[in-house]
Amino acid sequence: MRKYILKRLLQSVVILFFVAFIIYALMRCLPTSYIEAMARQKSMQAGSKSYEEWMEQLTVMYNMDGSIVSGYFKWLGQMLTGNFGDSWRWTVPVLQKFNDTVWLSFAMGLISFVLEILIAVPLGIIAATKQYSKTDYTISVIALAGISLPTFFFASLLKLVFSVKLGWFDLYGLVGRSYDQLSAFGQIMDKANHLVLPIITLVVVSMGGLMRYTRTNMLEVLNADYIRTARAKGLSERKVIYHHAFRNTLIPLVTIIGGSLPGLFGGALITETLFGIPGIGFASYYSMVAGDIPFSMFYLVFISILTLLGNLIADILYAVVDPRVRIA
Amino acid sequence: MAKKKETGYLSAKESRRIAKANRKITDEFEKKYKRKNVPESEYLTEMHDKSNVLEIDDLHTYFFTDVGTSKAVDGVSFEVPQGKTVGVVGESGCGKSVTSLSVMQLLQRPQGQIVSGSIRLNLGDKAYDVTNTPIEVMQKLRGNFVSMVFQEPMTSLNPVFRIGDQIDEVIELHEGQHMTKEEIKARSIEMLELVGIANSEGVYKMYPHELSGGMRQRVMIAIALACSPRLIIADEPTTALDVTIQAQILDLFRSLKDRINSSIMIITHDLGVIAEMADYVVVMYAGRVVEKGTAEEIFAHPAHPYTIGLMASKPVVGKKVDKLYSIPGKVPNPINMPDYCYFRDRCEMKCGPECDGEYPHEISLSPTHKVSCYRFYGQQVSDGKGGEQ
Repeated sequence: MRKYILKRLLQSVVILFFVAFIIYALMRCLPTSYIEAMARQKSMQAGSKSYEEWMEQLTVMYNMDGSIVSGYFKWLGQMLTGNFGDSWRWTVPVLQKFNDTVWLSFAMGLISFVLEILIAVPLGIIAATKQYSKTDYTISVIALAGISLPTFFFASLLKLVFSVKLGWFDLYGLVGRSYDQLSAFGQIMDKANHLVLPIITLVVVSMGGLMRYTRTNMLEVLNADYIRTARAKGLSERKVIYHHAFRNTLIPLVTIIGGSLPGLFGGALITETLFGIPGIGFASYYSMVAGDIPFSMFYLVFISILTLLGNLIADILYAVVDPRVRIA
Repeated sequence: MAKKKETGYLSAKESRRIAKANRKITDEFEKKYKRKNVPESEYLTEMHDKSNVLEIDDLHTYFFTDVGTSKAVDGVSFEVPQGKTVGVVGESGCGKSVTSLSVMQLLQRPQGQIVSGSIRLNLGDKAYDVTNTPIEVMQKLRGNFVSMVFQEPMTSLNPVFRIGDQIDEVIELHEGQHMTKEEIKARSIEMLELVGIANSEGVYKMYPHELSGGMRQRVMIAIALACSPRLIIADEPTTALDVTIQAQILDLFRSLKDRINSSIMIITHDLGVIAEMADYVVVMYAGRVVEKGTAEEIFAHPAHPYTIGLMASKPVVGKKVDKLYSIPGKVPNPINMPDYCYFRDRCEMKCGPECDGEYPHEISLSPTHKVSCYRFYGQQVSDGKGGEQ
């Protein structure tokens, strides 16, 4: 097992090298250039140098004068020594900005992830055990609606109903107007209040897929011969479903769920932007729009690492829940 | 109930109507099945003959599918005497398995339902009518008084649990009240040894995928026998196994049956297995019993044309034939059963115009030998029971 994990990790490093290169090349080719914008802005000032002169000076200053390949290796070298550079857009070290934003995203992601599992898995199981009943149809319709709703549409809908019409929550941002006057506990509650709508959006939009997935897998397992054997033993229906069938349904579920664990750090770009939550997704969105290469590079490589890690975790968990794929 | 068009296709409207009607019927059955705290008197019954373990009487099991009602079992009656082996033969789809699943109440619900008839199960001091028994009570019978060995040993064991856990489970469920964990484990290992697994301690800790098909079937048998049931239903227990293992498994069944003094209902389409194992034989065709009798009567004096056809289509060692005999024609569609003898269209011994009449009733050729065929009308042997239908 250790050998297998080691092999997978080495493979991941190779993949990462190429992924990072592709991202770097794409970032360099983006039409929005931070340097151009800066140069234009500086040249507009009264008595300033011309745009071309500024451009020349800034390109050298920001280390963007070499080719893409040499620039990539320079970036890689810097990164390997632990120097991620400063964010152009946020004018602070990349790591600091990352540290400032990621935990909020993680908290939000974790809460919605737990809620998603707690709602989707039991509903999926109920839908499967009562196949073709009214319960099943209701759950399936809700799941499909969740899958089909685009994030931006559902978020806007929530905002319209709960913020504009009912006025229960603020429309935008993480903290309210009177945040600074609140007590420590009040501040936490204020933040929590602002996270309600984003979390509902995340849960509803991602829940449907997991629910359908659970239902399909459960149905498949319930038709298996060993479920009939379990019934023939005289086990109660409860035991058959939640012991014999559930353990088998768990195999594909765990891989999906385990695989999405690292993704919790990745933030929710669309939701965070829509609700103005200053998480990692929000920060990366504005970095990318501004052409902030150091921060975007860091964020995208970070996401790649999370994805690779997610796959590895999924494969390892597979072996944990399914004795048939255990590697000696 | 489904009126099928000539083309064999159903219109969406018709299909919906059928589905709706089916839902109504099955909901009713489901409600009855899921009742709680039912007084015992409702499903308590008397055996017609105390020496029988199982009496199936005019059993009708239907499947309410979206294309119409499939009469998988349509009036089956036979009994399994204490300590005897009854073989049920017939081709694929004739209702053998459905009959056995009805006894266990393991039909694919809600489509599959026992519509009428009775299945009387002798538990020693009392007898239950399985068709009226709610699921609560049924769960106490399964694995304890009646147990089942399935056709597919490769998929019948839960892949994620150890063999030991799967045997322990059934012992703990039915007899575990006064046993400690160690005692249960000891009993499981004893069961594994009983079914001829040499490395019982090792196998106890293994997962199903680490065992061969024959070994898994032995484990299935160990699970079935763990609580010394009065009746073991073996649904084609050897079909998926190769011939040498088949013989071993059959030997195992025979020796174990005597050891725990239970009855076996063995379902198969292999006449060789029947000849080797069975005391009584029931021949089924298209959801009905066409002939039943002792093994000797069926093999030496087959009466029904279908049984004769079955015998003829069996390969015989030492006899050289160009082509193995096969019964011409095919089984009637179970959704649209004809009202005359089901075998008429394939029968090569048609005796005359009476064959076009209604389905022939059961004729007793001897106290044990019964056949449903017009060829034997007038040869009734009076035993006080025959011809009552």
